[in-house]
Amino acid sequence: MSDDQHITDVSGTGVPIPGDDVDTDQILPARFMKEVTFDNMADYLFYDVRRDEGGAFNDHPLNRFDGASIAVVNSNFGCGSSREHAPQAMMRWGVDGIVGESYAEIFRDNCKSLGIPAATADHETVTELQSWIEDTPDGEIEIDVESETVTYGDRTIDVEIDDAMQEALTEGIWDTTALMYSNMSKVEATVDGIPYVESDD
Amino acid sequence: MSEGTLYDKVWEKHKVTELPNGQDQLFVGLHLVHEVTSPQAFAMLSERDLDVAFPDRTYATTDHVAPTEADKRDRPLPDGEAEEMLSALERNTADNGITFFGFESGKQGITHVVAPELGLSQPGMTVACGDSHTATHGAFGSIGVGIGTSQIRDVLATGCIAADKQNVRRINVEGSLGEGVYAKDIILKIIQDLGVDGGVGHVYEYGGSAIEALDMEGRLAVCNMSIEGGARAGYINPDETTYEYLRGREYVPEGDAFEERKAYWESIASDEDAEYDDVVTIDADGIDPLVTWGINPGQVIEIGEAIPDPESFESRTDREAAEKALEHMDTEPGQSMLGYDVDVAFLGTCTNGRVSDFEEAAKVLAGNTIDEGVRALAVPGSETVRKECERRGLDQTFINAGFQWRRAGCSMCLAMNDDALEGDEVCASSSNRNFVGRQGSKDGRTVLMSPAMVAAAAVEGEVADARKYLDDDRSGTAGGVEEVAD
Repeated sequence: MSDDQHITDVSGTGVPIPGDDVDTDQILPARFMKEVTFDNMADYLFYDVRRDEGGAFNDHPLNRFDGASIAVVNSNFGCGSSREHAPQAMMRWGVDGIVGESYAEIFRDNCKSLGIPAATADHETVTELQSWIEDTPDGEIEIDVESETVTYGDRTIDVEIDDAMQEALTEGIWDTTALMYSNMSKVEATVDGIPYVESDD
Repeated sequence: MSEGTLYDKVWEKHKVTELPNGQDQLFVGLHLVHEVTSPQAFAMLSERDLDVAFPDRTYATTDHVAPTEADKRDRPLPDGEAEEMLSALERNTADNGITFFGFESGKQGITHVVAPELGLSQPGMTVACGDSHTATHGAFGSIGVGIGTSQIRDVLATGCIAADKQNVRRINVEGSLGEGVYAKDIILKIIQDLGVDGGVGHVYEYGGSAIEALDMEGRLAVCNMSIEGGARAGYINPDETTYEYLRGREYVPEGDAFEERKAYWESIASDEDAEYDDVVTIDADGIDPLVTWGINPGQVIEIGEAIPDPESFESRTDREAAEKALEHMDTEPGQSMLGYDVDVAFLGTCTNGRVSDFEEAAKVLAGNTIDEGVRALAVPGSETVRKECERRGLDQTFINAGFQWRRAGCSMCLAMNDDALEGDEVCASSSNRNFVGRQGSKDGRTVLMSPAMVAAAAVEGEVADARKYLDDDRSGTAGGVEEVAD
């Protein structure tokens, strides 16, 4: 694996995306999934909530914190549809890491597949960080994946990163295709023990 | 940790090895593919010059963008983007030797309707699909998980996913359901009780008398909405209902081979003394039909019950969600949902798009016509379902009542085809998600309910209690409906 696969820390300015249970239909409305690549997904990120009735950008945080790299979200973020289009859109918009209260599991898995660290902290910690960003839009935030800390302003706070995600990111093994492909002989052995696969052949 | 559950057994059977990051590499016994989440994965595969490892374990159909109006299904599709997606899927499946159930196959439909009815989904399997409702297949006693596109690439290339083993929560649903109350009501009640994120970190094993009494189509509806409760998967242990459903289906072996396969199915059911990470009991005895009043699938009340006051919720999250819901739905605490004006009635989806769903709705519609202000769509979950409904003459009941009788697809569940809400229309929907914007309009409003309730709402032009249209022996309890409706 090349060194650029190792993700030990990510940093940049922040964007608060407040609200619990923000579902992937809000993050990336289904009507924009009718494309066979992810190339344009950033254009559709939070499409409906970022616009006013006339279609112009409103004061949604994504419009006010353009250029941010760290999204700060609340609880059960990314629930609903499994669409990878949602974290793809965030990544292509510029998000390199996320701090939040909690994530829906498929969303977190998708973040891992894309090499986006998704750290968790409690409600107070997260909302404090969100208001700090509001007050300090140009302030730098760093997620240290190895030490499980987030540093902003003069503060360093403890966060949690799921073990499998932390290991995958820091060891550069978040692209699981190559990793699992190297085990193909073991796959064949497993398949031999599964009754329904054999008799279908 | 759990021990001796179906989840443990199926996991062990499919575990290839432990990966360096602590996750397990798990073999996927059935990979279902559709047009929206797969083209990017096939592209990643060819970038890396990899082949599909197990084309024989991979089946594809088109559902999300499929037009549901018969005259819009000629190729090329009138919607250029939809045509591009469908063509890409046809090309990718043909190039890789994957069976594809297209329009002309007569078997096209929603992946989670097609695979069960063809007998592709069986007990003791691991099932993966780039769609969160893959939990549906758990109805057979399999582990069905929704995956993202990079994971689809993993499955295509290696036949495997990297996965974390979850905790297993046993949910005993006890009691019996009255006339006009269905599997859909059970799962809405479970999500109401346990919350939309209550299942995070868990798979749900559903059991108990109310679950065991369900037929396979009801079990599919329950497992389907596991994800709405935050659970990664949900399943029901296989039993005679399961085996009899499977017997004779296209992809199910026959004769001795069936008995052999059945022995495997029986072997993977949870042991009597299985250990669970936790056990929850839900009392479903005599529950009334349920509907959603808000913008997430946990915001549920029994029909006739009052919409809760946000202040009545203990958690801040629930209070804030309730406030947003009242604003979006334009309702007040204390009101019931009975009488809530409805513009659109939508019947179908991977939750409730099967023959019995149309049958129950048809009972309500027989001899009735829909309200003149309502646009009503009946969208079979698959072409197989459509043809069976037509064979039984159910289509005529829908058409006579004023419904549009459509071809199979996901349709207005997520509005990736032409079927969408407009403006702030209210939809009585048999689907699974009432998220803001889900049905194609950011101001659109969705009220989730069972198919019979959708039919009743279509007839009255407002949310109504379907039980008054059904032959029932419970007039004593349902008789107050008109008064409750004011």
